[in-house]
Amino acid sequence: MAFHLTADESAMLRGESGAAVAFAMEILSAFARAVGAPSLLPITRAHIDGCLYHGQASLDFVERMVAGGGRVRVPTTLNVGAVDLIHPELVRLTEAERASARRLMTAHEELGCHPSFTCAPYQTRFRPAFGEQIAWGESNAIVFANSVIGARTNRYGDFIDLCCAIAGRAPAWGLHLDGNRHGQVLFRLAGFGRSRPPTDALFVAVGLLIGSLAGERVPVIDGLPPPRTEDQLKALGAAAATSGSVALFHAVGITPEAPTLDTAFGGRMPAGSIEIRPADIARALGQLSTVPDGSPITAVCLGTPHFSRDEWARFLPMLRAMTPGRSVPIYVNTGRATLQALEAEGALKGVDEFNLRIVTDTCTYLTPILERMDGTVMTNSGKWAHYAPGNLGVKVAFGELEDCIASAAAGHVVRVTA
Amino acid sequence: MTRTAQSFAEGDADALALVLSHPLSFWGGIDVETGRIIDRSHPGRGQQVAGRILVMPGGRGSSSSSAVLAESLRRGTGPAGVVLAVPDPILTVGAIVAQSLYGIRCPILVCPIEGIRTGDRVHLSSPGTGTGHLELTLAF
Repeated sequence: MAFHLTADESAMLRGESGAAVAFAMEILSAFARAVGAPSLLPITRAHIDGCLYHGQASLDFVERMVAGGGRVRVPTTLNVGAVDLIHPELVRLTEAERASARRLMTAHEELGCHPSFTCAPYQTRFRPAFGEQIAWGESNAIVFANSVIGARTNRYGDFIDLCCAIAGRAPAWGLHLDGNRHGQVLFRLAGFGRSRPPTDALFVAVGLLIGSLAGERVPVIDGLPPPRTEDQLKALGAAAATSGSVALFHAVGITPEAPTLDTAFGGRMPAGSIEIRPADIARALGQLSTVPDGSPITAVCLGTPHFSRDEWARFLPMLRAMTPGRSVPIYVNTGRATLQALEAEGALKGVDEFNLRIVTDTCTYLTPILERMDGTVMTNSGKWAHYAPGNLGVKVAFGELEDCIASAAAGHVVRVTA
Repeated sequence: MTRTAQSFAEGDADALALVLSHPLSFWGGIDVETGRIIDRSHPGRGQQVAGRILVMPGGRGSSSSSAVLAESLRRGTGPAGVVLAVPDPILTVGAIVAQSLYGIRCPILVCPIEGIRTGDRVHLSSPGTGTGHLELTLAF
């Protein structure tokens, strides 16, 4: 397919808007040709996952943009920064490299990126609206933006997300285009009692299942109960992007592009469907925990992806009512903007009597933050439970939020939810 | 024998082929210090990509592979060139970034890869866009 630039874009590529824009356009054009996009399209926002240090090349790239007078053309947020990510053994950092990793974060700010350092930019004032064309990195943010909000992005990452921000353009392909957003595979929940409340674990398990079975297809979920808040859809999407590479899902009657089953599939019904039954949910959840109930725990980790205002509003009263004491630390990852708002409201008053550790700008599954890495950690996050054993070497117990707090109080894995 | 190919990253290269039966993700798959394949689940584990023409069905996995390819080229542990059966945007970006930042070329061509075996001598001529050529000299 021939690749075409507008007159403006050709001028940008020739350097008429500066060296950084020309560099960004050169890379975007090559990327667009490789994915078969016929042209570029304007975007309104970007979210950059480039603050993770993969070596000198990451920093040299951003420095080239800074030296070329680069400035992001659209409101741009930054994902969590961590000096060293999922494979710590791959990036053996010296002190000089550590300094480079820090420079990576400040260089992005010099390009005009907002230092949000959150994996949940959709919880900030930079949240896109339905139908907006955006270029986002970070798997959970991508699936949330596409599915829950109905904004449009492909899975962007290293180098390309920043090129999109600096050019204000993205290749016109994939999920940016209406015709590629319809469902392709149907998952039907069957055999669930009507009166059962929509637990967090149900959403996590459905996410894990569709992620592992959908492959490259857009999954549609039929029969999902209405979520308590959008955080349950956040958990579902994060799990689906963890066990697989889901960038968009539809939940019939719940997400904006799926008012009906027919709409979700764009009028073309699927050949068949995959049933999700209570036993499948139980099996998926069972595989998340690597220890039996009753095992002693050394920590609780919440907020992967970052804890929202609604989650804090549910968690804090629960904490005060269940008074877990100080023996087991409870780590909560959250965005710095969310924390500032909580502090301004005085919502955290009195939490000093608990062993609460609030973590911002990064995440407890990425970097060695936990005081003890030798024991079992309890979490309500499917994403945390999936990655932490490999990244950190810890054992994991998965449970509902209430179970996590009760286990912190007991010092071992207990379940207070049915 | 010569094959015509689609060109995605510019450069000329002449080296021995390393043919992988499965796509390799550079992120989590290559040790940038040595150029060895370290992905435990990959059949090519332990093989050396540095200085070879890497031939594989396609790219795979995390977009962080762009940065890892660029970093391996910077360190001199990356491949001399890449031949894929289908285009891969992630590796293309990594090669273009390495060329822009360091002037190191890693030509990327896309063409049928049947008949190329590890140890064959491969010459790539890749203009960056349009059509390039792959010349194959069989090892035996």
